[in-house]
Amino acid sequence: MPSLKDLKARITSVKSTRKITSAMKMVAAAKLRRAQTRAEAARPYAEAMQRMLAELACNMADRDGAPKLLAGNGKDRTHLIVSVTSDRGLAGGFNSNIGRATRRLIQRLQGEGKTVRLLPVGRKGADFLQREFRGDIVDRIPGSAGKDVAFAAVQELADRITAMVERDEVDVVTLVFNRFNNVMSQTPTELQLVPLALPSNDNEKGDSDASYEFEPDEETILARLLPRNLAIQLYRAMLESAAGEQGARMTAMDSATRNAGKAIDRLTQTYNRTRQANITKELIEIISGAEAV
Amino acid sequence: MPIDVEIVSPEKRLLSRAVEMVVMPGSEGDLAAMQDHAPTIVLLRGGVVSLYDTQNVTGPADERFFVAGGFAEITGSRCTILADSATPVAELSRAEGETRLRDAETAYDDADKSDVPALEPLLERIQSARAQIETAEAN
Repeated sequence: MPSLKDLKARITSVKSTRKITSAMKMVAAAKLRRAQTRAEAARPYAEAMQRMLAELACNMADRDGAPKLLAGNGKDRTHLIVSVTSDRGLAGGFNSNIGRATRRLIQRLQGEGKTVRLLPVGRKGADFLQREFRGDIVDRIPGSAGKDVAFAAVQELADRITAMVERDEVDVVTLVFNRFNNVMSQTPTELQLVPLALPSNDNEKGDSDASYEFEPDEETILARLLPRNLAIQLYRAMLESAAGEQGARMTAMDSATRNAGKAIDRLTQTYNRTRQANITKELIEIISGAEAV
Repeated sequence: MPIDVEIVSPEKRLLSRAVEMVVMPGSEGDLAAMQDHAPTIVLLRGGVVSLYDTQNVTGPADERFFVAGGFAEITGSRCTILADSATPVAELSRAEGETRLRDAETAYDDADKSDVPALEPLLERIQSARAQIETAEAN
């Protein structure tokens, strides 16, 4: 049976843990709201870009010599996997889900005899992948460290990926990230960036049927639009991942706070019982002592 | 006869309202969009987007934004400007333009001059930075 002093110390320690987890929950909630606002603010650009791209791509698709970013280089040997995780832990299964999804993808591709190269974004994912696939990692890209995702940094990463594709270092680029469903749930999602998987826009076709004029010309615009689109897709994924991280942390910290509360109740009960038992014991000692006299 | 104009950067939507006419810096020269413009997709260079609220489109512009390049999608009733970055002209910083120009020129000097297609974006960066300095100065 633990002594009263030990129990007291444990109660105090669990109480301060609860204080920390509940503070982290509060911080995550505030950051979540911010991240969500930013994700929403980025939507109009991405949507307009998608519209223009769909318009251009269906004009270009049946022609030869389509840019590599759109149609790939015709090969399917080397896969680049960009997996987006957070820099910090304590967010429940947020990072390990991505880790697991990435590993599954790698094993599937390696099983098919393909070469896999990795570009982990965020410290947690990089640490995870380093254990198993050290040789395949091209570089580790720092995440946003809980701050706002900066478009300039994303653009840099996108330029790098574009350059790798242009130099034929990789044939297919896939992004693995947490899609933000709601505060409680994030789904690890694979998104193929190169060759570009265009959303089928059959239903939209109706009003965009009025054929566009292009200035200067389709090739030039497409050549400029594609790298931009890559950056936007990455940016969007990172914004979603950032919002998802805060959501996951909020949920994880909420249940941690609740568990700490339960632990405190249990410990307090044990403490009171022990105290009661001690008093009873003392009383018995006194009474039996008095009887002996 | 208004046209709906939207200026969006990757990070946010800067403006969305109806105007009489919008003039934008196309890569091949400035162009204006009014209602019932033919559907067009345009590549933009660094320069000023001017909005005219009234029929009087020969006077000074009612609102002006500096865009550092981007794309525009024009249809008969709508004009969406996808800017790499957009700033109201009044808030434009000359110093920032000079930093951009220096960076762009260094990047150009370091670049492989035989790779002509790769040089084009670098030249555009220089042009866009110069346009920013000029616009900020004229302000």
